[in-house]
Amino acid sequence: MKLSRVLPIAGLAAVGATVANAETITVATVNNNDMVVMQSLTDAFEQSHPDIQLDWVVLEENVLRQRLTTDIATGGGQFDVMTIGTYEVPIWAERSWLTPLDNLPEDYQVDDLLKSVRDGLSHDGTLQALPFYAESSMMYYRKDLFDEAGITMPDQPTWEEVREWASKLHNADQEQYGICLRGKPGWGENMALVSTMVNTFGGRWFDMDWQPQIDSPAWQEAVSFYVDLLSNYGPPGASSNGFNENLALFSRGNCAMWVDATSAAGKLFDADQSSVADKLGFAPAPIAKTPKGSHWLWSWALAIPASSDSKDAARQFITWATSKDYVSLVGEREGWTSVPPGTRTSTYENPNYQESAPFAGFVLDAIQGADPTDSTLEPSPYTGVQFVGIPEFQSIGTQVGQMIAAALTGETSVEQALQSSQRATERTMQRAGYLD
Amino acid sequence: MTTAKNQTVARAPAAPATRSALASALLNRRLWLGVLGWTLALVIFFPIFWMIVTGFKTEAEAIADPSLIFSPTLENYAEVQSRAGYAKFALNSVVVAFGSTLLALLIAIPAAYSMAFLPTKRTKGTLLWMLSTKMLPPVGVLVPIYLLFRDTGLLDTRTGLVIVYTLMNLPIVVWMLYTFFKDMPKDILEAGRMDGAGTLQEVIYLLLPLTLPGIASTGLLAVILSWNEAFWSLNLTSSQAAPLTAYIASFSSPEGLFWAKLSAASTMAIAPILIFGWLTQKQMVRGLTFGAVK
Amino acid sequence: MSAGRVTPAGSFPATFMVTDMNKTRTSGRTIGGLRTLSLQAPAVTLLFLWMIVPLAMTVWFSLQRYNLLMPGMTGFAGLENYEYLFTDPALWSAMGTTLLMVGWVLVITVVGGTLLAVLFQQDFMGRGIARVLAISPFFVMPTVSALVWKNMMMHPANGVLSWVAESLGLPAVDWFSSLPLTSVIIIVAWQWLPFALLILLTAMQSLDEDQVEAARMDGAGPIAIFFFITLPHLKRAISVVIMIEMIFLLTIFAEIFVTTSGGPGLATTNLAYLIYIRALLDFDVGMASAGGVVAIILANIVAIFLVRMVAKNLES
Repeated sequence: MKLSRVLPIAGLAAVGATVANAETITVATVNNNDMVVMQSLTDAFEQSHPDIQLDWVVLEENVLRQRLTTDIATGGGQFDVMTIGTYEVPIWAERSWLTPLDNLPEDYQVDDLLKSVRDGLSHDGTLQALPFYAESSMMYYRKDLFDEAGITMPDQPTWEEVREWASKLHNADQEQYGICLRGKPGWGENMALVSTMVNTFGGRWFDMDWQPQIDSPAWQEAVSFYVDLLSNYGPPGASSNGFNENLALFSRGNCAMWVDATSAAGKLFDADQSSVADKLGFAPAPIAKTPKGSHWLWSWALAIPASSDSKDAARQFITWATSKDYVSLVGEREGWTSVPPGTRTSTYENPNYQESAPFAGFVLDAIQGADPTDSTLEPSPYTGVQFVGIPEFQSIGTQVGQMIAAALTGETSVEQALQSSQRATERTMQRAGYLD
Repeated sequence: MTTAKNQTVARAPAAPATRSALASALLNRRLWLGVLGWTLALVIFFPIFWMIVTGFKTEAEAIADPSLIFSPTLENYAEVQSRAGYAKFALNSVVVAFGSTLLALLIAIPAAYSMAFLPTKRTKGTLLWMLSTKMLPPVGVLVPIYLLFRDTGLLDTRTGLVIVYTLMNLPIVVWMLYTFFKDMPKDILEAGRMDGAGTLQEVIYLLLPLTLPGIASTGLLAVILSWNEAFWSLNLTSSQAAPLTAYIASFSSPEGLFWAKLSAASTMAIAPILIFGWLTQKQMVRGLTFGAVK
Repeated sequence: MSAGRVTPAGSFPATFMVTDMNKTRTSGRTIGGLRTLSLQAPAVTLLFLWMIVPLAMTVWFSLQRYNLLMPGMTGFAGLENYEYLFTDPALWSAMGTTLLMVGWVLVITVVGGTLLAVLFQQDFMGRGIARVLAISPFFVMPTVSALVWKNMMMHPANGVLSWVAESLGLPAVDWFSSLPLTSVIIIVAWQWLPFALLILLTAMQSLDEDQVEAARMDGAGPIAIFFFITLPHLKRAISVVIMIEMIFLLTIFAEIFVTTSGGPGLATTNLAYLIYIRALLDFDVGMASAGGVVAIILANIVAIFLVRMVAKNLES
């Protein structure tokens, strides 16, 4: 209950009247920076849509995901707008849990949305959720350190080169680490990076018969490389570092290189948040045997659950929050490096953005270059670069992620970790009926 | 109440130290005990202290080497407040914690009464069984409960949370009250009964006043447990009934530097219950002396 | 407690006398039985419903193929879920972890709590405030304390502990990767130590000082006094601590969720967390329910053995 509705203040009566008629929609979202900005613009939305009021539920990613899945799968109907990712959209759409978003208004300019992002959010040719921001992965490095060591960054670095550079630039006594990478277990944390490494080392999660391939030589090679690289030239406690922790480390100047989400670029380039803004270099994500699947594709999108009873209001909100105008609004209010990236061609054509975000070209190339339908050297039956688009993947990815984190801490060997991962995955796939 | 008094009386003659040598030895001993006691207390309290301090630092200071020299800022509190209205969450916490505690006491008092004064063969078994219900991991029954709540319209309502917390704390409350009641001398109740008191009068005029400290400390424990419960509150609420545990979940691991903001939010989330605990800890000790652990 | 101080009997209205007397006198036993029933009824019924409704649903679901993400694939599964659960290598490791966690936290809190209670019973300057500070962690939400320990105490780069270690010239410990279970146990013990202290301190206050003094006069040292007078006196309070803590420790979840997510590997996955993985990552309700049923059985085994042992102690 809003206090303003209870307080008998005459002056507020007029406001109270409009408030009482307003339709309240509950928006569930992640506590990432771009969403926090969206929440802070609530007033702007409510002013232009006086008959709609927003109620926010902001949670950290893991909690949010489980909360939303429980609600939508049981038809709880607690939320009108849900923030979900490329992984959930097709799976949920297939179960008719989402409201299809056809007949979007002319001025929304659907075609302005980047095609690879739009495809990832569609099911049977219909858009199921609108992209709020999208990201791929790329490499960040410290120009100053590279210059000092006399290293020139090629157009397309390889993992082998990365290891060599990391060994040169690693200086643990000065809290200067050769490379920072995700180590925190989770299908959306360490496994996002490890999957891209497996892809580029020529591996895949499943063969065409859905037989898990985790004990294959490609996995062995990729994971050994990752564990070796990170434990020799990484920061202490790498196995509990996720995106956030690495962002903090890199922006304080503790890492010479970092391979992670393109969405970090805006934050690293903002001198208020980062001490390395003026020494920041960008490069495509490293490759090994094949460029296929070497960088991921992810987007956070706003969707309307089928169980919502305020679908129209919810639709007004999500078209507002993913519109061209919203991008300009954020650009003007928060600065152009803070606009939600990776969704619209117009953002990348905007001179303001180009001027203040020199990384824009890299990001656009990375996003457009990622192909979720063809990301492995050998054919695979699934879509998704850094994930497998089946419901079982959440638990498979998390279990395997745990095993690899255990290998990273040295608790088990890489071989053991991959073998138990293979067994656990086989069990899950058997139970789900993919295997006999 | 009486017990506490007896003790002070009993202790008085036990300190007849008048000789100066003995006195200085005692003083010395007191000094060392003081140093030891305070050191341990500060070590135990340190994480809380550090959290409170960090809440007043800037994000850059928060991750720099630990230091107590900085110019305090309220920036984090302003930022945290602009993201989530603290009052709404805090009010929900208060309503839910106290509401469920009152309800639990109301249900538990008669039950504990009958178990303590009119025991049957099955009383022990019932008590144990009640306690064992607490050992079931809540996550195992989440989906059934979620479905029940959906069908009864209790999702995201304070009523729903009050019901869950009442039931969650009931076993402990019944058990604690039982031990308090059992320690009541039977003859007082007998005397009351001879004077013609009905059960209700017996409970209201005799039992409750006599065991009030015990009931109070049981209630305090229940309030603390409900306030800090984080599983049901996160999973059964969304926006309207979300208490402070859900408030914390929105600050727990966001992007970028978050230590100072997280500290500020955490400080706000625990402040009411911490102060409440500080103010009532004497009461709690007094109540507990009475029954369960005498 | 003196009965003489309380005589509120006079305040009862006289009219109640006769009727009530008759009732109790004529058929005391049945009325008593009925009274027991009617008084216990609300609590027992509610708890029964709270226990039995979800339990019945859980048992039912545990025999079903039911995955929230697979709306099409439902049907009777027989004991398949249990079979799957019991062949899961994670189950046994999780049970072991659960017992280790409960055991260690109990040892730390009971031993530490007893020593602290003895210390805080002594007279020293500002004892009251020191006590309040030492009790404080009990009031802190488990999520908050886990977050504080993870980010501010045990963080390998910014944590206070690593700073202390470095200042002393020792290598910084990477707590959650190299000592995951120990770290979780430390956090949980930090939360529950004050609870043990609170209860034991309370019990200390009813310790007969004369007896202690007499023992001291007879030449007993502080250690002998502790073992032969203090400890036996605290027996009942220690039982209470063990019983209440055990109830909560068997279902520890928030601390693991926030800090290690059950890892690395399975190092900190206890039974509650394993069920969580099945229920909320797999959304496999059938399997999670089977896990729930197993947890209930385990809880009851623990209840029968340990609680009964403790309860016996409570009687004396």
